[in-house]
Amino acid sequence: MSEAVTAEGQQAQAIQPRERRLGTFWRRFRRNKLAVFGLAIVAVLVLTAVFAPMIAPSNPDAKDYALTLRPPGEGGLMGTDALGSYVFSRVVYGARISLESSLISVGIALGVGVPVGLASGYYGGFWDEWIVMRVIDSLQAFPFLILALVIAAILGGGLGWAMVAIGIGFIPAFVRITRAQVLSVRGLDYVDAARAIGTGNTMIMLRHVLPNSLPPLLVQTSLAMGYAIIAEATLSYLGLGAEPGEPSWGSMLFQAQSYLSTAWWMAFFPGMAIFFAVLGFNLLGDGVREALDPRTYD
Amino acid sequence: MAFLVRRLLLTLPVLFIVSVLCFSMINLIPGDPATVILGPEASQHAKEEMRNRLNLNEPIPVQYVDWLGGVLHGDLGESLIDDTPVSKLILQRLPVTIELALGTFAVSLTISVVAGILSASRRGTWIDYLSTGVALGGISIPHFWLGMMFIIIFAVYLGILPAGGYVPFFQNPWANITFMILPVFATGLRESAELTRMLRSSLLEELGSDYVRTAFSKGLSKRIVVIRHAVRNALIPFVTASGLQIAGLLGGLVVTETVFQLPGLGRLVVDSIENRDFTTVQGAVLTITLVVVLVNVTVDVLYTLIDPRISVRSSEG
Repeated sequence: MSEAVTAEGQQAQAIQPRERRLGTFWRRFRRNKLAVFGLAIVAVLVLTAVFAPMIAPSNPDAKDYALTLRPPGEGGLMGTDALGSYVFSRVVYGARISLESSLISVGIALGVGVPVGLASGYYGGFWDEWIVMRVIDSLQAFPFLILALVIAAILGGGLGWAMVAIGIGFIPAFVRITRAQVLSVRGLDYVDAARAIGTGNTMIMLRHVLPNSLPPLLVQTSLAMGYAIIAEATLSYLGLGAEPGEPSWGSMLFQAQSYLSTAWWMAFFPGMAIFFAVLGFNLLGDGVREALDPRTYD
Repeated sequence: MAFLVRRLLLTLPVLFIVSVLCFSMINLIPGDPATVILGPEASQHAKEEMRNRLNLNEPIPVQYVDWLGGVLHGDLGESLIDDTPVSKLILQRLPVTIELALGTFAVSLTISVVAGILSASRRGTWIDYLSTGVALGGISIPHFWLGMMFIIIFAVYLGILPAGGYVPFFQNPWANITFMILPVFATGLRESAELTRMLRSSLLEELGSDYVRTAFSKGLSKRIVVIRHAVRNALIPFVTASGLQIAGLLGGLVVTETVFQLPGLGRLVVDSIENRDFTTVQGAVLTITLVVVLVNVTVDVLYTLIDPRISVRSSEG
């Protein structure tokens, strides 16, 4: 009984510095203008995705055959495509597909990669070195895009499978990062201490080892979100992601390919959307990394 | 030496797993692979023939051993579309991809070495801001889109370069080069972005170290200190990073080849996926992956030759 009370007391104490740490993190993050810019882009992206129906002036699938291939100005903010849909509306709705698919792929990578990296690094030994890490090496020997492409092809194409394929492609990076962090604390005194007072392996991993891996995982998650957006666009561009008619930035680029000489706006705007979305996540990831790095302490 | 042996030994399971993954590609197709390849309307007879052809009626380990035996003899099977040997298809496409990869690599190394050194040694000047800014933008741009923009600018509006296509180098060197410029720069610029960032930060780290201060206090000029001392050390992680980038680069070429209609290995993968020609996909992916594995091992070995400290450190770990 008294033990439980002490443990709770310790926890209550531990909470305070953690909050203070968050405050420090935020203060340092805020000072980095690029990071704040990145956060702002991501915020705009999320808001665009959520409020797409209110922002887009028209239904992204609405076609007006009397209004095809009009340049920006004449055909709305970003012109119209070959079927007479407004590029602006499609770009706005594209934010939904991009964000949703990158969230799901990164979610898959986190859901598989973190537990595997945690257990593999924590238990170590033959299983870790000769099985898990070699499988990871082998997966990383496949160029990311080719791996995603082949998995998507085997599974049958379509946006859903593309997300799974991209997620699988990300798993190795998450395993490696988690494992590296685990290895760095596995032999430390506080882990031994936890074991000495009888904490089980699962509990040690979740409570004492995992929190230590969170900062680099956070950085990796943000960078992976950006890369997932590019990957989804690429698979859709190659015809293995979103259907050609869906308002995904990648399939818009696929359609634009045939009109490069007549309608530059069909290619320009979806690409700019991808660029800003990815830039946002990259800046955010870099900013988080710098704010968390003790070496850049002032 | 112990490091080398260990490194090579660790490659064996990777090669094994890569071969298993490539092999299982066809078996992993959900449902009946023969139906997927031929389409649901195919006759029972045709499907049975396809299953025999793909050796699918044998137990899986037997299939694997048969397949691997063929691969080790350079036999990657035949295309499901026109029975051409897959190895022949790959050899036809390989020169295009090699030329593209080497060109891209040269562009990306040149840009990143120059930009990285300039921006680290003139930290905080406009040249630093320019190159970090461009590099930051570069890692966020999908390079196939950059390729499309290049086509719009240089082929459509300026009309100085072709929008896509290919002529073998030995047939017409000049035309070959004009076809290669846009794809090589579109991919190379993007690849250089990451390397520039990496070289800049490792060079900055070196420039802040004690030996650099000593070199300065000896009265050496900045140029000598940077080039003779700091860059040498900063290049070590850079070499690994650029080696590791081969994987990403080869993957990226799949899309570049599609944008610029280049008949390379990547295009072969995409076309064969579209045609459900899975033996060709299998062979092409295996080839690409083996190249990546070999490059990575070579880079690791070179790395120990450049910096003897590494083998010591790794055998301790």
